[in-house]
Amino acid sequence: MKIKSQKDFFSGLMFTAVGVAFAWGAAGYNVGTGARMGPGYFPMMLGIVLAFLGGLIMFKALVVETESGDKIGKWAWKPMLFIIGANLLFGIMIGGLPSIGLPPMGLVAGIFALTIVASLAGERFKLKEVLILATILAVGSYLAFVMLLKLQFPVWPTFIAG
Amino acid sequence: MMDLINNLSLGFGVAFTAQNLMYAFIGCLLGTLIGVLPGVGPVATIAMLLPATYALPPVAALIMLAGIYYGAQYGGSTTAILVNLPGESSSVVTVIDGYQMARQGRAGPALAAAGLGSFFAGCVGTLILAAFAAPLTEVAFKFGPAEYFSLMVLGLIGAVVLASGSLLKAVAMIVLGLLLGLVGTDVNSGVARFSFDIPELTDGIGFITIAMGVFGYGEIIANLSHPEDKREVFTGKVKNIYPTGRDLKLMLPAVLRGTTIGSILGILPGGGALLAAFAAYTIEKKTKLKPGEVPFGKGNIRGVAAPESANNAGSQTSFIPLLTLGIPPNAVMALMVGAMTIHNIQPGPQVMTSNPELFWGLIASMWLGNLMLVVLNLPLIGMWIKLLTIPYRWLFPAIVLFCAIGVYSTNNNTWDIWMVAAFGVIGYTFIKLGVEPAPLLLGFILGPMMEENLRRALLLSRGDWSVFVTRPLSAGLLAAAALLVIIVMLPAIKSKREEAFVEE
Repeated sequence: MKIKSQKDFFSGLMFTAVGVAFAWGAAGYNVGTGARMGPGYFPMMLGIVLAFLGGLIMFKALVVETESGDKIGKWAWKPMLFIIGANLLFGIMIGGLPSIGLPPMGLVAGIFALTIVASLAGERFKLKEVLILATILAVGSYLAFVMLLKLQFPVWPTFIAG
Repeated sequence: MMDLINNLSLGFGVAFTAQNLMYAFIGCLLGTLIGVLPGVGPVATIAMLLPATYALPPVAALIMLAGIYYGAQYGGSTTAILVNLPGESSSVVTVIDGYQMARQGRAGPALAAAGLGSFFAGCVGTLILAAFAAPLTEVAFKFGPAEYFSLMVLGLIGAVVLASGSLLKAVAMIVLGLLLGLVGTDVNSGVARFSFDIPELTDGIGFITIAMGVFGYGEIIANLSHPEDKREVFTGKVKNIYPTGRDLKLMLPAVLRGTTIGSILGILPGGGALLAAFAAYTIEKKTKLKPGEVPFGKGNIRGVAAPESANNAGSQTSFIPLLTLGIPPNAVMALMVGAMTIHNIQPGPQVMTSNPELFWGLIASMWLGNLMLVVLNLPLIGMWIKLLTIPYRWLFPAIVLFCAIGVYSTNNNTWDIWMVAAFGVIGYTFIKLGVEPAPLLLGFILGPMMEENLRRALLLSRGDWSVFVTRPLSAGLLAAAALLVIIVMLPAIKSKREEAFVEE
């Protein structure tokens, strides 16, 4: 059996896996009957439907010919790691990491960390340029979000601001 | 008719207060600002700017959001014409002739055609919305849970039928969205479902984290994986904005046709701004060229005016199902539902009676927003062009930052930041697997509503599923849904549909 559409096959696989997982999870709750639906009823139903649809998509991917084989292509690890990493780092800067005793470093530090790490995802990285960008973003965000919109942010590290 | 005038004057009374005018203006400005940026569609724009409206009173917040939505759309067409990049799916066809016009140094008239056409379409769309809202609301009050459930099925089916791509995968995405919508505490039993004992998950998954992760981060990662392509931006060439008399003469019928098509398709479940644009362009191409007119695909002004009018009329009338029935016809409207819920407004037929200022004020502000955008866009076009010359490597860190700040400020909780990271990875996976994410968002918003209506309908019928086909209204809605599926499955239509969504 040859996979004729890689994209379709793996998306079908994903749908089936997620569907089975939801249905299996729903079986742990009270399913009930149609007239008295329990919390597990609707998710169970949908999980089965999703698993079935996934199976159908996989079947089609194995049977229906495609011209190019619908290859998924190379996974962009570098941009993904840096973008997601920048986002996570920002979260750590804002909220701290209590588990290792890291205090919140605040919005300004967060913006610099996020901008630098996110910029690494691009093709070219010039530190000077990135630092200027981060400074503009930090000042702009402070004015817009903290001063103007009055959103609640720790702006400076807690051990300085107290 | 008298009612309509009374209602509209109430609406304009609300919209014309200094405060609301200001918020409509800020919304339009911000929306255009973000919408102009290539690679940021309306869904990501609205999700990103949503936190800016938290502190406002509900009416002002919705007025501002509507402004953001229109602004994002206008911005999208500017990008389409000047950079050959559709800012959003519904400007895909605008690119064809718009960019050609820009290359011939006629970017100004192209932008004017898009702007004026959209403005006209927006005016008509607003009137249709105002006229249809009241009678449709009457119908909605006759709806029981069975009808609502069937209506949602029709809406969801409509949304995938009118969208592009594989039907089967789109349906699967809807179901996945419905399931994700169920995560959290079940309102009836109080059981926390699929929450893995994480306190934040018992409140459910935030729709902003999904929208930003999938539409924001996912897109950025995908964009960065392509080498930065050489973009030709027509900066210096926009001298004369105003179209010639001949342009106007050619534009006018195209705008009228586009508006009509857009208004009709917008009301349909599935809210086809995209389909409207495609249909309008196809129809223009079928009409005969006047002697001496530039052929389509080579910079014909009608090829810009018609699809732009159509998608704007469509986006206006797609508010109809949302405001009267409480059912979002597309991903943007799904975000609107989320925004309304944050401001403690349950969208649906009751909004019009219990909250008339909000309802009519929003409608009036839509017209104002359209007016502001014409005023804002045509003279300020130079500023938007400057924005377009900013290289992507400066833009994307800023977009990531605004997403992160927006997500965090939703609940002032870092949990949402971890969630958006997860959905960013999921969103990129979707792109790699070639599945459209928009139906997911729609399903996500409708999940809890569908479950509740199914539960009530079956409770009333004592578990008898036939209730959905024995009640005439419900049966009619389901039949319509089935008909839609059958129609797209017909081989003749199927190949046409695939053709229609392939660019040229």
